[in-house]
Amino acid sequence: MSTYTLSRGLQRGKAAYKQGHKPGENPWSVSRMVALLILAFLAATWLVPFAWAILTSLKSEADAAASTVSLSPPDGFSFEAYRKVLSAGDIPLWAWNSLLTSVVITFVTVATSALAGYAFSRINFRGRRGLYAAIIAAIIIPPQLLIVPLFRQMLAFDLVDTYWGIILPQAFAPAMVLILKRFFDQIPVELEDAARVDGANRLRVFWSIVLPLSRPILAAVAIFVFIGAWNNFLWPFIVTTDADLMTLPVGLQTVKSAYGLQYAQNMASAILAALPLVLVFLFFQRQIIKGIATTGFGGQ
Amino acid sequence: MPTAVDSPAADLVVAEGNSTGLARAQRGESLTGWAFAAPFAVLFGLFLVVPAVYGLYLSFTGETLTGANSELVGFANFGEALSDPDMWKSLGNTVWFTLLSTVPLVVLSLAFALLVNLGLPGRWLWRLSFFLPYLLASTVVVLFWTWMYNPKLGLINGVLAEFGIAPVAWLQDPNVAMISVVITTLWWTIGFNFLLYLAALQNIPEQQFEAAAIDGAGKWRQLFSIVIPQLAPTTALILTLQVLASLKVFDQIYMLTNGGPAGSTRSIVQYIYEAGFTGYRFGYSSAISYLFFAIIVLISIAQYKLINRRSAS
Repeated sequence: MSTYTLSRGLQRGKAAYKQGHKPGENPWSVSRMVALLILAFLAATWLVPFAWAILTSLKSEADAAASTVSLSPPDGFSFEAYRKVLSAGDIPLWAWNSLLTSVVITFVTVATSALAGYAFSRINFRGRRGLYAAIIAAIIIPPQLLIVPLFRQMLAFDLVDTYWGIILPQAFAPAMVLILKRFFDQIPVELEDAARVDGANRLRVFWSIVLPLSRPILAAVAIFVFIGAWNNFLWPFIVTTDADLMTLPVGLQTVKSAYGLQYAQNMASAILAALPLVLVFLFFQRQIIKGIATTGFGGQ
Repeated sequence: MPTAVDSPAADLVVAEGNSTGLARAQRGESLTGWAFAAPFAVLFGLFLVVPAVYGLYLSFTGETLTGANSELVGFANFGEALSDPDMWKSLGNTVWFTLLSTVPLVVLSLAFALLVNLGLPGRWLWRLSFFLPYLLASTVVVLFWTWMYNPKLGLINGVLAEFGIAPVAWLQDPNVAMISVVITTLWWTIGFNFLLYLAALQNIPEQQFEAAAIDGAGKWRQLFSIVIPQLAPTTALILTLQVLASLKVFDQIYMLTNGGPAGSTRSIVQYIYEAGFTGYRFGYSSAISYLFFAIIVLISIAQYKLINRRSAS
């Protein structure tokens, strides 16, 4: 956590505090203190699993398996478990697979959703209503229910155990098309008309007028698609059997059985896998929170 | 035959009203529209429409891994599914999980949001604490909690021992396993609902509270007569998303308990997965998928009707 975000967070906290504190109300009243204690207790409870995992990951294997709640292990604390996991395991490779597939999925999803969303918002093409109805209907189909036919299809296309096999079924998002269409609908059409009169074609208008105006929503969509792709388990789990192609969540699942009783290494792997997204969140905190608040997307 | 323009987009290409020009412009529009929609439409068709239709076809066949017995068998798969006790058990577990998880995920997320919205210091810290787990992959969540629930070395039983309470077999006892799964799910996903509620709370106009305070309404009175009713649309949204998400549960149960002990936590999605990928009965697995999909559609329609009726009244 950089000092920059920390100080900004503090300022925001102060602002929120001022906002919540109404004049004529004692800011240190008993009921407010009780509420603060309850909050602190709840937040601490929510952070315990993280703390316990970090603590375990810094112990030696012997200490991790010896005692439960010990804050002063005989062997002391070290990064030994992390060193072992990073040098012996496949974690760096899995992280690379996750990054590669998630970035491609994000790029393709945002590009295709923006183009299709714009077509639905602005262009009156034949068959538009039919396609739109199909998208609405598709939103309630849980992807979990398509695993068998999709897997058979991937076998037929010879895409099992390939990057494309992981990427393609995840590289489009009907819900995102709808969200972007709704956003484009709100852009005043006059902005585009002027350019159209000057002879700019649709693509040109879309590229140089609409997209720049849509940066915040595109960023929000991209972040959500990325998080979803990075964390997705079921499909990559089904379509990869080769350890060299596994993504982080799928690979980690094999760690549990491989490391068995090596708790420190288990936890070190989990912490390493959690780290990238926690950093993404700290970076894009505002977009993520705003994205959830305004659209309610990102449900798992 | 041009279709009616139902978008506000003023179409400047169609400047003249002569019909051949119109038709040509319309054709041009159609081409442009499809050019924009094509990349999405191709992926959508190939990886959603095709498998959905193919799955429906599969559910009427006896298809297995070797492709043997792939002729049409009519409704045999559906008949077998409806008389399969394991299918009913998995479905029952899924409904039970949905009931157990939805209530605390709605009520507690509202309580957390109300607490944070009081404007106490440290706002970003509370927000971060409750939302952080939501960012984790299911596998990481399961690694954390398998360790927390460890019967001999886990933190939970360790803390219980400090208070002289006997250890609990969190994931091994059929009577407790589902509760453990729900606790893990609550910890993992509450942050999303919490943020939705927090955003909705900030949209309640200040004047309403001032007016209520002048009328002599106390804090609790304001909560029940202003805040909760104002949050109704958000509660409806959260309930809808939550029920559908809980019904589709798979990851954390599969990895925490593998559906055990004694099948007491196996979810319907896990049953579909096992029928297809361990039993290699593709036809049967697809049939159960479609039965489950029918249930989801019915629930979605019911929810939609309920919400609409409530907002109409």
